[in-house]
Amino acid sequence: MLTVRPHSLDEALDALAAHPAATLLAGGTDLMVQVNYQGRRPEVVVALRRVPELQQMDDGFIGAGVTWSRLTSAPWPGLAQAARTVGSPQIRAMGTLGGNLGTASPAGDGLPFLAAVEARLEVASRAGGTRSLPWDEFLIGPKRTSLRPGELILGVHLPGAMPEVQEFAKVGARNAMVISIASACLVRSPDGMVRIALGSVGPTPLRAPRAEAMISAEKRPSPAAVAEFGRLVAEEVRPIDDHRSTAAYRRHAAGVIARRLLERALA
Amino acid sequence: MTPIRLVVNGTEHLLEVEGPVSLLSLLRERLGLSGAKNACRQGECGSCTVLLDGEPVCSCLVMATDADGAEIVTVEGLAGPDGSLHPVQRALHDHGAVQCGYCTTGIVMSAVHLLERNPTPTAEEVKEALAGNLCRCTGYGAIVRALAAPERAADGEAP
Repeated sequence: MLTVRPHSLDEALDALAAHPAATLLAGGTDLMVQVNYQGRRPEVVVALRRVPELQQMDDGFIGAGVTWSRLTSAPWPGLAQAARTVGSPQIRAMGTLGGNLGTASPAGDGLPFLAAVEARLEVASRAGGTRSLPWDEFLIGPKRTSLRPGELILGVHLPGAMPEVQEFAKVGARNAMVISIASACLVRSPDGMVRIALGSVGPTPLRAPRAEAMISAEKRPSPAAVAEFGRLVAEEVRPIDDHRSTAAYRRHAAGVIARRLLERALA
Repeated sequence: MTPIRLVVNGTEHLLEVEGPVSLLSLLRERLGLSGAKNACRQGECGSCTVLLDGEPVCSCLVMATDADGAEIVTVEGLAGPDGSLHPVQRALHDHGAVQCGYCTTGIVMSAVHLLERNPTPTAEEVKEALAGNLCRCTGYGAIVRALAAPERAADGEAP
């Protein structure tokens, strides 16, 4: 196994151009489980944690290498709340937002925030240069992305005007070290516009457009409208049965957390 | 073979590493440091916790070749040169917070990191810091009492 340890973005892109099929290593919290349990034996690993460009975080950009520990104090409450629910202190010290995107698990804790605020991804390769694409053109299925061979996730761009109110919640078997059964991020602007994105209840994070349209039209949502919002969200999700939960429970949980997040946002 | 350089408990090691082995395997099998334990191999249990450049990590999830250049502290690096226990080890000992002991070294490392940043944690903060360390003897009560500030203060210990 060859391990390449680039110290700049240029070196990282060169390494990927030379080894387009290389395995990208960020925090290792997903990859090493595959190594330890499924006997995964990468031929070439490009280890990214020494690339300073991927560590940047400013007003509108989060580098792919920013860890969950750093994101717990990020200025975006929807993402900071999600970061606090990721794994454990040990996992948060290593795992990164870029890893969440590259793994593209439907349960990725950072993904509902990105979907709710309509973040764009920036990816780059030596051959193709830099391209920017909306979150839903990047996350295309369970553990499937549109990242091309030789390409690297640089980070995410957040929109200029971010909704002020942002809330995140997830349902799992305990408060730590849990892969969510259902999760959601809800954002609300002063003009009443509400967006909600849900995780673990579909092949990718899902938005609930009918629920969003209904509640965004309400200047001061009544308790009945709030309840209807939860009901519509539960209708719009597309959960499956698996070893962590049933589709029926996930649908129910999605409606409940949607309603609670809206109540929090309106409080 | 990939050459790597590690500083473990203050001692520099130059090693050749083959394949995607974990830092945990390297510590235990190459350096003979068996303090970090191998249990789940997937980051769930925390028994392999060490400090990497000051941060608590599951050493089973660190690819050894990617640890190149890092400073590692394991439980073997905590006691003083005369064998005196680190205050965290002393507190766990004095509160009877060790049962079978398998999880203890990981809990010690997580607690060392917590108390470095927050010398007077509440019970709630201790529980959050130890959320990634499982104790199957369920000795959590004594562990939290050993580490939370009010409880330590009540025993007349320096926080």
